[in-house]
Amino acid sequence: MITTRGLTKRFGPVLAVDDVDLDVREGDRYGFLGPNGSGKTTVVRMLLGLVYATSGTIEVLGAPVPRRISAVLPQIGTLIEAPAAYGHLSGRANLALIDASGPGPHGPRRNRRRRISDALDRVGLGSVDDRRVRKYSLGMRQRLGLAAALLRSPRLLVLDEPTNGLDPQGIREIRDLLAELNSAGTTVFLSSHQLAEVEQLCSRIGVLDRGKLVLQDELSVLRRPTGRVLLRSPDAGEVVSLLDGQVIERDGDRLIIADADAAAVNAQLVSAGLRVTEIGPERRSLEELVLSVTSSGSDRYGGSGR
Amino acid sequence: MIGVELVKLARRPRSWVAIALLCLLPVLVAVFVAVTHVVPPPGQGPTLLSTVLSNGELFPAAALAIVLPIFLPVAVAVVAGDAIAGEASSGTLRYLLARPVGRTRLLLAKLIALIAYVLLAVVAVALTSYVAGRLLFGDKPVALTPGGIATSNIVANSLSGTAMTPLDVALRTTGAVAFIAVSMLGVGAIALFLSTLTDSSLGAALGALAVLVASEVLVTLHAADAVSPYLPTEYWLSWVDFFRQPILWRDIDRGFAIQGVYVVVFLGAAWSNFASKDITS
Repeated sequence: MITTRGLTKRFGPVLAVDDVDLDVREGDRYGFLGPNGSGKTTVVRMLLGLVYATSGTIEVLGAPVPRRISAVLPQIGTLIEAPAAYGHLSGRANLALIDASGPGPHGPRRNRRRRISDALDRVGLGSVDDRRVRKYSLGMRQRLGLAAALLRSPRLLVLDEPTNGLDPQGIREIRDLLAELNSAGTTVFLSSHQLAEVEQLCSRIGVLDRGKLVLQDELSVLRRPTGRVLLRSPDAGEVVSLLDGQVIERDGDRLIIADADAAAVNAQLVSAGLRVTEIGPERRSLEELVLSVTSSGSDRYGGSGR
Repeated sequence: MIGVELVKLARRPRSWVAIALLCLLPVLVAVFVAVTHVVPPPGQGPTLLSTVLSNGELFPAAALAIVLPIFLPVAVAVVAGDAIAGEASSGTLRYLLARPVGRTRLLLAKLIALIAYVLLAVVAVALTSYVAGRLLFGDKPVALTPGGIATSNIVANSLSGTAMTPLDVALRTTGAVAFIAVSMLGVGAIALFLSTLTDSSLGAALGALAVLVASEVLVTLHAADAVSPYLPTEYWLSWVDFFRQPILWRDIDRGFAIQGVYVVVFLGAAWSNFASKDITS
């Protein structure tokens, strides 16, 4: 769906994106992560033909960008950074203007009203009144932006922080909506710095740091068990002496044991009469993964940033 | 896309407020003149104003002379300066381009909406002032001489000039409206170009006005006579020549030509800048 080779962008002396090889496949829920200022937005803008690459190639939906951008964009729904709308018009009027601008696979004017109602229904604005967008809350604007992205039933959704400004209920709703669209065949490319959001939705991630793609893989592969067992026990002291040498780390009642088989360890402890509160294979959290490959964001100056 | 841009312009309250103010000013002048019967002597004050007491049909031309130096260019510069920069600063530009609307198409649609707005503004001023002129002033025929309009209450044919029929006045006024609209399009092209350079619509509008003010200053400066034929405001007032007998085409033609050059050059610059620009707003 999205393939870039050696994608590089220079803004004057600043190297914003450096030799990025993205690979997003059809049906992916791709999470694009990185600290603030790592170049995520610039990459997204290059994919959409808004910013021109200094060097490298981009292919989106099988066509070269920006050369054939006009054939590609009608199949993409986007939310870039923040939603934007004409504040003096209502949400419906805004969608009607967007719908009337430029070509679309659903061209005809006569079912525009229905398309707009459908899109508003999907994002939970179905019964919104005629108030001007200026009077919308941040969450409503975000939903309106999503509705605009869904207007044409796109094959690919490119979303930048889509749950910004939503309450936990709203975040959940949007996540469910994206999962539903994805299972109906829409590829989702989600750029975010909210790890929890990406962890719960995405199947594949790419991590950008200072313009370089430092990690790109299936989330399930990255979060494979580490071959160690994580265990909590009120009898931690006895566990250490029983397992002798296998304990790698101890923090109060929390132990990490060099053994891949949690069930075997559990049986051994229980048969020795030791109590176990919690046991399971150790997995790295997305947060640990991402922090281990990135530096602190570009919004940090001085202090003890890594 | 052109329709969309026209709808956007029409649904923006600002567009109508500007036109209403443009129409209001000449009406205000008309009321003062009608009440006091005091007009500037010929050759002073707004062009043609001295004649309107005798013939209200000439008031549209006088009204255009009133709004031309400042108000009309301000209104045009604001709308044109907002064209791209306004979309950029509200964030809607990236969504339009991702829709996708081709950059050239968008610029073209903005230009056509701008032309429509300029025409609407000029025609609205002409029409409201025609109504005001007919209601408030006399309708004695006015004579034209090679030097301009024979003023005050001299009735037609008593001078060497030819009397103007209402049709004659209407045709000449139409010519003046067309000339002024093209002059304003020159202003619009400059503001549109600046609008593609910056994300601040205010900056683009003020930039275009700064160009005009600089041009006005140079036009009156004899030391700058060498460049003044090429300045955008040099022939702005030449539409008055439509009200001479016979019509003096020389400056009118030059005015059309110089505005044509400004329009082509600045639209070309706007296009080449916008089409190759990174949209980071």
